[in-house]
Amino acid sequence: MDIDQAARAAPPRHAVTGSGSSLPTPLRIGLSRVVPELKMFYRRPEQLVLTFSMPAVIGILLGSIFSTKLPHSDTSTGAVIAASILAYGILSTSFINLGISIAADRDTGALRRLRGTPTTASSYFIGKIFLVAVASLAEAIVLLTVGVLVFKLHLPTNAFGWFTLIWVFLLGIISCSLLGIFVSNLASNAVSAAVVTNGPAVALQFVSGTYVPLMALPTWMLTLGSVFPVKWMAQGFRSVLLPADMAAFEPAGSWEHWSTFFVLTAWSIGGLIACLAVFRWSDKK
Amino acid sequence: MNQSSAVQVRGLSKAYGQLRAVCDLDLDVGYGEIFAILGPNGAGKSTTIEILEGNRKRDSGHVRVLGEDPGTAGRSWRAKIGIVLQEVSDAGMLTVSETVRMFAKCYGRARVPDEALELVGLASVAGSKVRTLSGGQRRRLDVALGIVGMPDLLFLDEPTTGFDPDARRRFWDLIRLLAADGTTILLTTHYLDEAAALANRVAVLADGKVVAVDSPAKLTGYVNSAATVRWIEGDQLHEEETDHPTELIRQRSQAGAELAQLTVSRPTLEDAYLHLIGLA
Repeated sequence: MDIDQAARAAPPRHAVTGSGSSLPTPLRIGLSRVVPELKMFYRRPEQLVLTFSMPAVIGILLGSIFSTKLPHSDTSTGAVIAASILAYGILSTSFINLGISIAADRDTGALRRLRGTPTTASSYFIGKIFLVAVASLAEAIVLLTVGVLVFKLHLPTNAFGWFTLIWVFLLGIISCSLLGIFVSNLASNAVSAAVVTNGPAVALQFVSGTYVPLMALPTWMLTLGSVFPVKWMAQGFRSVLLPADMAAFEPAGSWEHWSTFFVLTAWSIGGLIACLAVFRWSDKK
Repeated sequence: MNQSSAVQVRGLSKAYGQLRAVCDLDLDVGYGEIFAILGPNGAGKSTTIEILEGNRKRDSGHVRVLGEDPGTAGRSWRAKIGIVLQEVSDAGMLTVSETVRMFAKCYGRARVPDEALELVGLASVAGSKVRTLSGGQRRRLDVALGIVGMPDLLFLDEPTTGFDPDARRRFWDLIRLLAADGTTILLTTHYLDEAAALANRVAVLADGKVVAVDSPAKLTGYVNSAATVRWIEGDQLHEEETDHPTELIRQRSQAGAELAQLTVSRPTLEDAYLHLIGLA
């Protein structure tokens, strides 16, 4: 009876949209997710406050506490921290943001629901990459403004300075985002993701020279910090935002651009491999 | 293989460690059918439908959904199916309309988002944030997302759990409307009335096996068709099964006595169901 009825009734399927019967490419689906991802991000005020203002607030507080000038220089410890805190900002908008939001998408079933559509994993990540890029850029602007206005940081004045700032920024976002995606797989829900991202993040601030200048750290902390990307990002940012003679206050006595490049690149490649190995749509086997 | 079936399953098995969730299960769903998988909690309904959706791996067995193996089928296959999951509870920061629009962009051919919302009766709340919706409205949004790509086959996993009776009836009307549009519908439910009201055919699952497949009306006939007559006499409940209830009542009230709380009942789908799953 049902089939006859269907054949007889079959109301016209006129309400059709889209270009035709061919599927949109994963890239196009991914780009269509960018605006919704941004909306989902900025419509959560508590997340916005936590992600955006924490680095700025901590930077202002720490920078104001350590206001004395460094020996034989015109730069305060506060300015060193204000330049370094940019690394915390990026860690916040990439690593913490992605770690929590992907774990939440998986926990709530949002990812599994996408899985039932022609959306691919790459489409999903294109949306997230643009989210991280926009959020990180906004965060960088906030922190640079605070740094320049309050702590007299200097924006780069030549092309090489901008080039350095940009590649440290990009490699920093990429490596930290991939680590965030990786960590989201270890968490079973958004709350546990907040713990497994924020916990290591706070610890990393202390050993990476963003809360406390590197020269104040014991050797073992310095060694530990040198393994992770945050220390190198912070160092890269200091190299362009502080006067050139400040290199004397770095542990190596120089900015070590090549080391920064190699460590961040290694984390990006390793992170990509780890993500491809462990990414899953849901908790179901 | 028989291509006239939208879903074809032979010898499907799935175990979680020691627990055998689905055991040598066979199933056929024709194109255009509303097919219900009915069974108690833990019978293997969700496991089965998740394997058919391509969301879960099977241990063994032959499975074809719209002619393809869901375990390996690609994006074009996903464009032809619609899935309404049992539970999605995202933070709901997008509006209803934004959510449907986002999903419509995944397909080459899709319903106009506003018309998908019209179909599920959410047009009036299109501008509201998803988190402000009631449970029933959220469920209807799930359906809107499941049908926005105009699927040939729609999976519904316990779609009306938690609905009030009125919302359930309106939901059934929506399913019938989709079926009339030519969509094949496969739903799981543990509500008998839902299966009886909606489905052309029902598969009853118990312990990971199909114990019966038939139309709701015919399933009722699986149990003894005798009527049961109940009444109270001298503080005692009497119950008698008979093929001639009228005769029985006439004899009992010969002296003109009134039979207190007299009822005559025939086996219902529920009796058939309880019988089939081994509880009666």
